[in-house]
Amino acid sequence: MSANPKPNGKKSLKLMIVDDSNIMRRRIERSQQFEELQVVGTAGNGVEALELFKRTDPDVVTMDLTMPQMDGIECIGRLVTLKPAVRILVISALADKATAVEAMEKGANGFLNKPFTDRQLNEAIAELLC
Amino acid sequence: MLYEQELKTFIDATTNFFSVAAQEPASIGSPYLMEGAPSVLEYTGIISISGKREGVVYFTAPKAMLTVMLMKMQENDFSHETMRDLVGEVANTISGNARRDFSREFVISVPSVLSGEKPDMPPHAGRRSFIIPINWRSHSAKLVVSLS
Repeated sequence: MSANPKPNGKKSLKLMIVDDSNIMRRRIERSQQFEELQVVGTAGNGVEALELFKRTDPDVVTMDLTMPQMDGIECIGRLVTLKPAVRILVISALADKATAVEAMEKGANGFLNKPFTDRQLNEAIAELLC
Repeated sequence: MLYEQELKTFIDATTNFFSVAAQEPASIGSPYLMEGAPSVLEYTGIISISGKREGVVYFTAPKAMLTVMLMKMQENDFSHETMRDLVGEVANTISGNARRDFSREFVISVPSVLSGEKPDMPPHAGRRSFIIPINWRSHSAKLVVSLS
């Protein structure tokens, strides 16, 4: 499947990026090619993510799993409770199947392993937006 | 004694990071064994392992290599914190692949990051170690596997 960004599309979906790595947060923000996604904020752990989520009400979230204070699995559960319609793409180096299943059971909608190419990121987001 | 498949998991995770994130494959130098604690370079990402095996695995790299990697990743922040962040991500990838490939008899920590050439290494470091040179462009890093 190929990513299908809309070059002149209207920004209508709010994106929140959650990762404890500054490099990864910037990378995701820079590499995602979807004009309809507007980055409303980034967070470095689950606690910051919850606060940001309540303030900005994003529609789409990219979520790391291994983070200090509150990990991604717990954060996913809390975000889905706050907004069941939120679309969550897990982006994690945890490559085992059990972790992916646990994230999906908590409410994640997609899973992308680190490291990733720009193409893989955009394909994963495209699937999430379908 | 380490099994070849276990070493392969650590090596593949490291080289995959170069191929995918830095968009240029790394080559592996001749691995060698060393008694005692191998020296580290300027930045080190480390994971601890317990259970079936005990010890540490770490990726240690010079600042010059990390700087070029960041350039290839389109980064424009070359601060000390970003260097630490990068070796942490390499270690994170090694940790994630080990969790995928190894049984639950292995307990694998989240990565930690050390900087400086004489950092305080975790207590398990320092026994007999496999050292795998990781060569990328004109730079060389080391993957150190120190497990019993």
